[in-house]
Amino acid sequence: MATHLDQAVQTPPDEALTDATPAAFPSASRRRIGAALRWIVSDDPPGRILLNTGMLVILAALLFAPFLFPGTKALGVASRICIFVILVASYDLMLGFTGIVSFAHTMFFGIGAYGVAILLAKSSVGWGTVALGTAAGAAVSIVLATTIGLLSLRLRTIFFSMITLAIASFAQIVAAQWRDLTGGEDGLTFSVPAVLKPGFRLFAEPVLGVVVNGWVITYYLTFAVSLMLFLIMLRIVNSPFGLVLRAIRENEFRVEAMGYRVVAYRTLVCVVSAIMASLAGALMALVLRYNGPDATLSFSLMIDILLMVVIGGMGTLYGAVIGSIVVVLAEYYLQNSLGAISAALSDVPVASALFHPDRWRLWLGILFVLIVTFVPQGVVGRLRQRR
Amino acid sequence: MKKEWLDRLHGLAPYALTPLVVLAALPAIGVGPWLTLTVAGLTMGIMLFLVASGLTLIFGLMDVLNFAHAAFVAVGAYVAVSVLRPLAGWTSELSLTLNLAALLLALISAALASGALGLVFERVIIRQVYGAPLRQILITIGALTVIEQLIIVIWGPEAIPLPKPASLRGSVFLGSSSIETYRLVALCVGLAVAAAMHLFLTRTRLGLVVRAGVEDREMIQSLGYHIRRVFVGVFMAGTALAGMGGMMWGQYQALVDSQIGDSMTILVFIILIIGGLGSVGGCFIGAILVGLTSNYVGFLAPKLALGSNILLMALILLWQPRGLFPIAGH
Amino acid sequence: MTADDALLRLEGVYTNIGRYRILHGVDLVARRGRVTALLGRNGAGKTTTLRTIMGLWKARLGKIIFEGQSIATLDTPHIARLGIAYVPENMGIFGKLTVRENMLLATGRGGFAQQNLNRVLDSFPVLKVKWESPAGSLSGGQKQMLAIGRSIIEPRRLLLIDEPTKGLSPAMVDQLVEALLRLKREYTTILLVEQNFRVAEAVGDDVAVMDEGRVIHAGDMAALGANHGLQHRLLGLSMADSV
Repeated sequence: MATHLDQAVQTPPDEALTDATPAAFPSASRRRIGAALRWIVSDDPPGRILLNTGMLVILAALLFAPFLFPGTKALGVASRICIFVILVASYDLMLGFTGIVSFAHTMFFGIGAYGVAILLAKSSVGWGTVALGTAAGAAVSIVLATTIGLLSLRLRTIFFSMITLAIASFAQIVAAQWRDLTGGEDGLTFSVPAVLKPGFRLFAEPVLGVVVNGWVITYYLTFAVSLMLFLIMLRIVNSPFGLVLRAIRENEFRVEAMGYRVVAYRTLVCVVSAIMASLAGALMALVLRYNGPDATLSFSLMIDILLMVVIGGMGTLYGAVIGSIVVVLAEYYLQNSLGAISAALSDVPVASALFHPDRWRLWLGILFVLIVTFVPQGVVGRLRQRR
Repeated sequence: MKKEWLDRLHGLAPYALTPLVVLAALPAIGVGPWLTLTVAGLTMGIMLFLVASGLTLIFGLMDVLNFAHAAFVAVGAYVAVSVLRPLAGWTSELSLTLNLAALLLALISAALASGALGLVFERVIIRQVYGAPLRQILITIGALTVIEQLIIVIWGPEAIPLPKPASLRGSVFLGSSSIETYRLVALCVGLAVAAAMHLFLTRTRLGLVVRAGVEDREMIQSLGYHIRRVFVGVFMAGTALAGMGGMMWGQYQALVDSQIGDSMTILVFIILIIGGLGSVGGCFIGAILVGLTSNYVGFLAPKLALGSNILLMALILLWQPRGLFPIAGH
Repeated sequence: MTADDALLRLEGVYTNIGRYRILHGVDLVARRGRVTALLGRNGAGKTTTLRTIMGLWKARLGKIIFEGQSIATLDTPHIARLGIAYVPENMGIFGKLTVRENMLLATGRGGFAQQNLNRVLDSFPVLKVKWESPAGSLSGGQKQMLAIGRSIIEPRRLLLIDEPTKGLSPAMVDQLVEALLRLKREYTTILLVEQNFRVAEAVGDDVAVMDEGRVIHAGDMAALGANHGLQHRLLGLSMADSV
């Protein structure tokens, strides 16, 4: 039963390669650079000129963020964007590419974060602990994701979604109740390795006017890991495995009839997605130096992920980038604009409340509904469509 | 012969679940608190049933899962607040008649408001997404956010107290058990609504058509019934029920905030899963079970209380993977 | 065969399901007061034809004319109200409803007309026994009786019946054939899809054979029954031999 949204999800068009054919390039080294670039993005570049430029601009902005946007708040926003790109892209693997609707994604995010948080809070602070915590989080995620993946075959879409909601809810409850392990509602605060601490200085003198301290290093760690994970996901969706996933989304029975075990693929994609989310969670913990049920396990976070993946465009991975930026920036900066409008309308009773800064979710929700109705392919999907 | 008996037993087993739980709790808890908790559980169950039954009927007949159902619960609660404010004179009097009259007015207003919103919602939002489960989930979640935010715009972000009417505060004493008066009233009202629903479904032609439509939509159409026209009515009835549930829950908690629907959502989903998607009878049993479990476990092992219903759901799914009363085709 | 004769006429009907074309230009006539048997292998498009007539699937191209009126664009409840009853392959019984409730759904506002009810209960006495039982508790054959009984409880102009004898015991099959013959005597028009050639031959007046979404033979049932060579060619040995 192909839905509007299903039909709207695009597979990368063949002509999307932006590099010209070798014949037009006289220089062999330029050809090699082109080939190398293509290899990096797994032959799946954003696509259109506008998208390519946009992505490059975003990449540059994130790469030089500490220098372009100095200050802890801006750096925090940039970190959040990087982490969410991974969180949302990994969700897109399930939703956009395989057609699985799960509400348990934040659970894996939380597990990754708690893995690092618990170990850093309870034992010695060091990179070994961080590695161990990350691995532990990933391991738990793998086990849970396998269970959920196996469930998904036996249950219809809606039934499955409801069960994932219940599972996520249970995780939230456990995290909030198990004070001894997770710090309960208050969560865990902990120290991070010395290099990441704000007091640490990589260079004695400021570089380009910015002091390269622990915050900056934490940011670059986040950025590097996020970029790497994103490119890995690009490779995954463009591999034979990825093609089978897309086929499953279109017509599962056919795929089964062709001899592929759909259960295995579904489970595998759930596991990969969960691992990515878990790693994103580990990064989140390091950035925040804190983790609690509200930071990583809340349902409103799950809704934000849905917002991001739909606005950006499902089944594109690049949509995760656009979506994350739109929503995170809205979260932080929309409130100011709203505040201004609200003040201007202070005489009109209801209007003033409509534009109150706390109502940024209202406007995002309206945007979301409009996009699902009129532009279901999202920003990237729409831009990728042949005109 | 033996197989027939086994089949019969198997068929009756789901019905036995609730009495079993109730009886099992008695020795564990002790007669005194047991009665209080059982009434509390039944009341909570009946309120949850009102909310959940609407959702399961909508899903059963129209194959639409309305993730925005919680919004209608909230609308009902808030409309009740607005209706009861000018009626403060009636609710502060120690007269049972006046109090009940005020509550009845609030109940009906909540139902009408949620029903009306449901009509608009079905026309504008649901119509677009019949037969498309992914879009349904997405668009109804979006609508949920928007409606809840609009509630805050209209009524403000602060939680609003909703004190119980004067003659319904306090408790009734039965032996060594104390039972809140409001709970008894809520239980009666809830049962009355449930009974009305049951009569409608089983004794009227329209109810018969709805029940048949839940089982096999194509066949009911092949018999000449324009089931699509019934969709709107059922959707409105479902949202009206949610509104009623919201009003009663808000009054019960004596506090109304924009998240009132959300807190119920997970329990409602659990009830639907336990009962079997689309089955109103299953929904009833599921709701009572969830209400009882919450209260019994809340007394016996408070730490487990929140998660206990999810565990209950898991146990039932292990026994009956499609819920207690699954409907073929769902 | 005059134009008046044809209660139902299909001309060049194409139906798609999703991306698959199932019917490739079906031409079919069901004559008034006669039983037309629709035969063919599995997957020939017989069920799709019935569903298309009933409006459950929409014809892409072609005409469907009932009593001189085009019904191809009408929705299913409309078509049913014109007097067409449909008994699908899975019988379409509402298992959670009682036998009585199943039958009641097929009646108009006034409920049961005693005469009609008696007629049905005489043909299918088992329904009287199981009147208040949930329809899901009936055996396969009993469900089929219910399905057919439901389709005739009110007078209909056309019955579309899909493989009623499938999976029934020989005794049940005989009972069913009896019921169909009784309907025939009452001048009811029936379009009957059957895999069982013996049943089709016993009941049918006209026959249409389908293959790969088209009608490849249409004519007199008795003539086809006498011509074993033609039977073999159209239906394959396995069908003609089915008992």
